[in-house]
Amino acid sequence: MLLIRCPYCEMERPELEFRHAGEAHIARPADPSAMSDADWAGFLYLRENAKGLTAERWRHIHGCGRFFNAVRDTVSDVFVITYKAGEPKPDLAALSRSSS
Amino acid sequence: MTGAFRTTSGGRIDRTQPVNFTFDGKPMTGAAGDTLASALLANGQHLVARSFKYHRPRGILTCGAEEPNALVTVSRDTARTTPNLRATQVDLCAGLAASSQNRWPSLTFDAGAVNDLLAPLFPSGFYYKTFLWPASFWKSVYEPRIRAAAGLGVSPTQPDPDRYETLNAHAEVLVVGAGPAGLAAALAAAETGARVILCDEQQEFGGSLLSETIASIDGRPALAWIADAVATLAANPRVTLLPRTTAFGIFAGNHVALAERVTDHLAAPDPKLPRERLWQVRAKAVVLATGALERPLVFPENDRPGILTAGAGYTYLERYGVKPGNRVLLTGTHDTIYRAALALHRYGVAVAAIADRRANPDGPLALEARAAGLRIETGTVVTGTRGRLRVHHATTGRVVGDDVKGGDVIACDAILMSAGWTPNVSLFSQARGQLRFDADRQFYLPGTIDADIRCAGACSGTGDLAAVIAEGFAQGSAAAGRPAHRTAHVTNTLPSTGGSLGLEPNDRNPRRAKAFVDFQHDVTAKDIKLAAQEGFRSIEHVKRYTTTGMATDQGKTSNMHALGIVSTVLDRPIPQIGLTTFRMPYTPTTFGLFAGTSRGDLFDPVRRTPVDGWAQAKGAMFEDVGLWKRARFFPRPGEDMHRAVARECRTVREAAGLFDASTLGKIEVVGPDAAEFLNRLYVNPWTKLEPGRCRYGILLNEAGFIIDDGVVGRLAPDRFHVTTTTGGAARVLHMMEDYLQTEWPDLNVWLTSTTEQWAVIAVQGPKAREILAPLVDGMDLSKDAFPHMAVKEGTFQGVSMRLFRVSFTGEAGFEVNVPAAYGRAAWEAIWARAEPLGACAYGTETMHVLRAEKGFIIVGQETDGTVVPDDVGLAWAIGKAKPDFVGKRSLARPDIVAAGRKQLVGLRTVDPRIVLEEGAQIVAVADPPKGTPALGHVTSAYHSAFLGRSIALALVADGRARTGQRLFVPMPGGSIAVEVVDPVFVDRAGSRIDG
Repeated sequence: MLLIRCPYCEMERPELEFRHAGEAHIARPADPSAMSDADWAGFLYLRENAKGLTAERWRHIHGCGRFFNAVRDTVSDVFVITYKAGEPKPDLAALSRSSS
Repeated sequence: MTGAFRTTSGGRIDRTQPVNFTFDGKPMTGAAGDTLASALLANGQHLVARSFKYHRPRGILTCGAEEPNALVTVSRDTARTTPNLRATQVDLCAGLAASSQNRWPSLTFDAGAVNDLLAPLFPSGFYYKTFLWPASFWKSVYEPRIRAAAGLGVSPTQPDPDRYETLNAHAEVLVVGAGPAGLAAALAAAETGARVILCDEQQEFGGSLLSETIASIDGRPALAWIADAVATLAANPRVTLLPRTTAFGIFAGNHVALAERVTDHLAAPDPKLPRERLWQVRAKAVVLATGALERPLVFPENDRPGILTAGAGYTYLERYGVKPGNRVLLTGTHDTIYRAALALHRYGVAVAAIADRRANPDGPLALEARAAGLRIETGTVVTGTRGRLRVHHATTGRVVGDDVKGGDVIACDAILMSAGWTPNVSLFSQARGQLRFDADRQFYLPGTIDADIRCAGACSGTGDLAAVIAEGFAQGSAAAGRPAHRTAHVTNTLPSTGGSLGLEPNDRNPRRAKAFVDFQHDVTAKDIKLAAQEGFRSIEHVKRYTTTGMATDQGKTSNMHALGIVSTVLDRPIPQIGLTTFRMPYTPTTFGLFAGTSRGDLFDPVRRTPVDGWAQAKGAMFEDVGLWKRARFFPRPGEDMHRAVARECRTVREAAGLFDASTLGKIEVVGPDAAEFLNRLYVNPWTKLEPGRCRYGILLNEAGFIIDDGVVGRLAPDRFHVTTTTGGAARVLHMMEDYLQTEWPDLNVWLTSTTEQWAVIAVQGPKAREILAPLVDGMDLSKDAFPHMAVKEGTFQGVSMRLFRVSFTGEAGFEVNVPAAYGRAAWEAIWARAEPLGACAYGTETMHVLRAEKGFIIVGQETDGTVVPDDVGLAWAIGKAKPDFVGKRSLARPDIVAAGRKQLVGLRTVDPRIVLEEGAQIVAVADPPKGTPALGHVTSAYHSAFLGRSIALALVADGRARTGQRLFVPMPGGSIAVEVVDPVFVDRAGSRIDG
């Protein structure tokens, strides 16, 4: 079982306390009605599904209840960093270089 | 006497403590400290099993976890029966009853052995080649026969009476394996002050050193060194010692799962003890000291009882005081055979010969054996063996160039063989460590790994005892973050070298001779060669085609030989053939261990409402809804469900009924922006909803599909009481939090789950008002003062109350919300009023019928995640003027606005007595040809007592335009004719809503 650091509780807790919540940094469009069908379908369904580092949302659902973001390596399952919702997306390429 | 083959002295067993046990009902005696395998061998019982496919007689091959042959059923009583245990890992205890498997009628005469004679009919890929046609035979003939023949032991049929524990543990250093390297690592780590856990799968710490009688460590016998090491560790309060504990899995973050066998070795265990414990260890660093596994030698008929690996032979002799036979032949390509021969010689066992395939073995052990006068035949191989239930003699041959020339016949009652040792890298590989191939020594070694996991001793390819201990000290210190300083001085050890992969040369007919590679799955060298010749190139494919390495031993003794054979046939180096994946569990693990305490009543939490006790006392029948227990109906004496539901339905429509709706999800949405929050989330408009009024809310996902519904009451400008479906409560709150925290953090709203704060009692029916009026402390319930879809706060006999005027039945109805602690009392107070007025209590089944009569949907029954509001006639609920809400944009997608979508309709069967099957398909013609696409399906179907006929709801393509059409529901007994009607069956005008 993975250990995940909650950036709000500021501690590592077991994976069981968390719930995955999909890819991070996909903001809901401000005016969906202005979007083309294709763009809206992209927002709904198209995700990176990256091999390697990926930024994704997690919720400390059985803890503080907060949503936060994490960079995880989908190959090794290692959590590289976690950070609060609203903070900018880290430079994955730089992280990838420093973690390998 | 603890067995005819017991030595008179030596070993770790206690000859003064005989232990009685039975094997296949036959009484035998072993000694304290024996394993079942060593006790059987002490009694001369080599034959212990029949092989999986050919039912060949099989004996004990090894002395450890890698044992492929000696799988037995061990019983304590009829419920405590465990099949497929490796006799080499079962500690002997008084009264143990073991029995052999996969034989009928007996171990010595097994009718299934006919398969051995038919072996030419069972080539590699036999199943794939044979059970092809006709397809219809798969279910009726092939599969039942294959299933009957599959497996070895038989599971007990009674529930497991034992208890299993799970616990979490933390350590700076976890050491797996307590042989010389593991003990050294634990000592070095522990003396730094680190918290250390040391586990070993065997009953006693020491590993290979327990059979070491010659070497000295720091001037003392190896056994004394072990005793000192264990005593030092045991005295350290920061060290946890776990014998009989297998590290069976290793996961991300140095999370290691250990299976501790607590009571199986005890004759009369304390009933307070669990049978096994699952340790979930989190370790900062892990030292793997998992040793090496000896490879059997692959020669024709290498599987007879009496043939063991050489390392097992000297371990039985030195550690367990058991002679493997009276006249022993040794053969192989590794110096281990000399070590075993010298031990036999010391104990006075006749060494028939040592057949070493190597032309010129000149290691110190070989020289010592020669000096001892033992008969050594170099350049010699065993080309076959004879003996039906125990090896009787072997034939040898001399290797001359590429040929083998006939040699001697050597009488023997045991053969010890060795093809060398394979480092045990299973856990390292499970932890995603990269393995590297050592071409000189022809085995895989631990390479790089992205975790603080270190290897020490034989598992990292280290052979010499001094080097093994030094590596243990070094890795143990490093794991604890300190430089190593301990050393040990080892004397009287002799190095051993050699080893080989694949089939030994022989002069036998290659089509007939069976030289076993995988003993447990009966895979021979010929089978693997055939697979490679048939075009299988990857070892993963060879494995699945031949089933080599796929038995419960996961190929511990066979994988490297299989690789060697494929490598030879394809003439490609082993790293290009690949390596099969090591998986957890390292050895088979009980289901009980994984289940732990999560069984029976503790398997899942059970949620009960405040009214549950009353419903139980009234004899309600319950159903599971999520984790909730909900009263389904309240049968009176003599009533079945159909009659009870019919009576409850009639009573609600004629008088009134009480329904426990406490399981409804409830979320309190509070704050200055609460209305705006709901505007953005739900399809409905909320801004203009007056405090004191309710609205039926519909929640979509962004794709536009209905995911939840429920009544939302506005208690104050900044306070909403949101209800959700019973199953959707947690999901809806999660979704609300998601949007609030991440999309609209600017909104000032607070969300609280109040599902379990309120008991909810629905009072429905024409007498609802009359029942409740005296109980609600002066609140005016008249239809003008308290109209449909109103909500008021007040008191119920002095208890705070939220009273909703809502109806899921079409009748005048109220839902009384009182604090959960008062739920039972409020229910009983209402019941005291209701019963004399002719009302009844009703359950979820009646609720379903009543709402279906009104055409009200249930999310998850009429909807399935592909249904938008208009599909189920709920477009009216959408706030058309709102610029946006979750899912709104999707409602304009081309496939959502296209014609031909499935729509909610009612169905009336032409024969009113027939109740349709929920889920049944609907078509346009009575006798549709094969392949006709369905127009839709039945979502709900009941008998309506009120209407005296069946009713059904369905989703049908273009359904509303088909009103009045006749459609058909094809069933096994013939098509059922139905008429498409409006989904509201009762009171279309809504005249009953005010009572």
